[in-house]
Amino acid sequence: MLLNYLKITLAVLQRRKFFTFISLFGISLTLTILVVATAFIDHLIAAGYPEINRDRSLYIWNLKQKDTKNQGQSSGPISFSFINTYVRSLKTPAKIAAVSMPSTINIYLNNHKMNVRYRYTDSNFWEVTSFDFLEGKNYTEQNIANNDYVVVINDYVRDEYVGKGQPAVGKMIEIDNVNYRIIGVVRGCPITRIHVSSDLYFPYNTSKADLKKVELRGNFAAIILPNTPSDIPKIQTEFDVVASKIKLTDMGDKWFRPDKLYVSADSYITSFTRQFKGDGENDGVGYFFTIMLGIALLFMSLPAINLVNINMSRIMERASEIGIRKAFGASSKTLVMQFVIENIILTLIGGVIAVFLSLGVIYYLNNSNLIAYIDLSFNWKVFSIAIFVSLLFGLLSGVYPAWRMSKLQVVEALKN
Amino acid sequence: MIHLKNIEKVYRTATVETVALNNINLSVEKGEFVSIMGPSGCGKSTLLNIIGLLDEPSKGKVEIGGKHTNGLPDSQLAQFRNQTLGFIFQSFHLINDLPVLDNVELPLLYRKVSSSERRRLASEALEKVGLSNRMKHYPNQLSGGQKQRVAIARAIVGQPQIILADEPTGNLDSNMGNEIMDILTTLNQRDKATIIMVTHDENMAKRTHRLIRLFDGSQVS
Repeated sequence: MLLNYLKITLAVLQRRKFFTFISLFGISLTLTILVVATAFIDHLIAAGYPEINRDRSLYIWNLKQKDTKNQGQSSGPISFSFINTYVRSLKTPAKIAAVSMPSTINIYLNNHKMNVRYRYTDSNFWEVTSFDFLEGKNYTEQNIANNDYVVVINDYVRDEYVGKGQPAVGKMIEIDNVNYRIIGVVRGCPITRIHVSSDLYFPYNTSKADLKKVELRGNFAAIILPNTPSDIPKIQTEFDVVASKIKLTDMGDKWFRPDKLYVSADSYITSFTRQFKGDGENDGVGYFFTIMLGIALLFMSLPAINLVNINMSRIMERASEIGIRKAFGASSKTLVMQFVIENIILTLIGGVIAVFLSLGVIYYLNNSNLIAYIDLSFNWKVFSIAIFVSLLFGLLSGVYPAWRMSKLQVVEALKN
Repeated sequence: MIHLKNIEKVYRTATVETVALNNINLSVEKGEFVSIMGPSGCGKSTLLNIIGLLDEPSKGKVEIGGKHTNGLPDSQLAQFRNQTLGFIFQSFHLINDLPVLDNVELPLLYRKVSSSERRRLASEALEKVGLSNRMKHYPNQLSGGQKQRVAIARAIVGQPQIILADEPTGNLDSNMGNEIMDILTTLNQRDKATIIMVTHDENMAKRTHRLIRLFDGSQVS
């Protein structure tokens, strides 16, 4: 019987080419967008080069101050001195790294201007991350103690500034009228690695800003690597205790005098989702994924509605067939099954097309340099869930029209 | 075999009430070949549809093979049609998307019959109607007479006790019509099938055992 259903499905699909195209286009495009979008979100959230420890690290970067009397608030990255005073005092972590937010600067080579991104970091930065050094090495605590003007560059800067594949370590690079010695070359990472991607990495001692200035807010983030993942809650609790003791007196000015402070050590995703709602008391992860799921379901309901519509329009066209099948012994239940199976076959064909489309789009994104160094991968798990949900929608979108069709009186159906 | 008691069929709309069948009482015995005649709109096809459980009477009882069919649920009606009845329609009603063999197999699809057995039985049925060389053709590749023979093969493939034919020769020329009548006669005589046939053609009706005439929804002979 299944073979018969398959035959009739293929025949119907061939007969109504335009409707088939519309249906398959809707299904495959939706699945493709969903899979590519999820691959992108997965790329943004999951651990990956060079943040291979991301899923067992904690991040502190946003600090919110609130003046409840004047109803003012201010938030932004923490300062380098905040890290030194409050984060480095934690006992549980294995490593604590400080890294500045990225900035851009122009460097010049033979009247050719290159706009590059740079960050200041401490030496621990190279231990909480896992950059591939193509050449040389990272700067150490000793370089910082010596106040060495050194820089780690990525392969993009090396290729542009020194020459593709040319040795760069030991060469000098002039940036903002200061000469830096290239100490290492790393394989670059995409801009989507928000806390670590850059073209140039300087030791913090070379910063022109007064990093010793005592202030809560600044331009830095702390990345905390625990000894074991089980230490994460301990570190969070320990930091909460430290943060709760931060004195807010003598801060601000007559217009903004903060009396409340919100800062926490969070997992990577939570360090962003916490900003979504309220004052950061809620981690926002559930809220974030609920919204994402809602969008995905809403998005996936589009081809389902499209299918219902198309199926309904096929009722009259196939009424005669329904009448014939009923006359020769098909029950309403059997007919519902037939039309649902047809929908499922259609969805599966759309799914197969979506696999190839998704692979193509991911291949294009990875190779087009649209986002440098991006490394999206086809997520079979996400695709399986998407195809399952599509099948569910295929099922639901098939049941109602099929039920309507199956309720047609045989005599009426045969008159068509 | 078939007993109809006080059958009435009334079509109602908000403003009009049309009596299609009025107090029909009819019995057809096993192995009979009965024809139903009457002018257009007299209720012939409606009567055949009620016998074939394709339509429900507004009043009256239908008993087929000792079984009262009024009020049977959809699944039982479907099973009953599948096991007991075979239909031949004036406009053939073949599924154009399926080849001839698959069309003939259709009633067996709704029984627990293996795929190979279905193929064998459908091939045999097509041989009986002389179309074994057209198995892989599609309906729109066949002439009217060939289509009707496919429809007959489909009607007999499940070996139903009763064959209901609604103007089976109505869309065919006289030669083709006679060929179809020959097949039906053979089915009745050789296979002892009970056949009820609606027709407009006196000559065809003369070849059956008994003629029932309808006029304005009532049985007149």
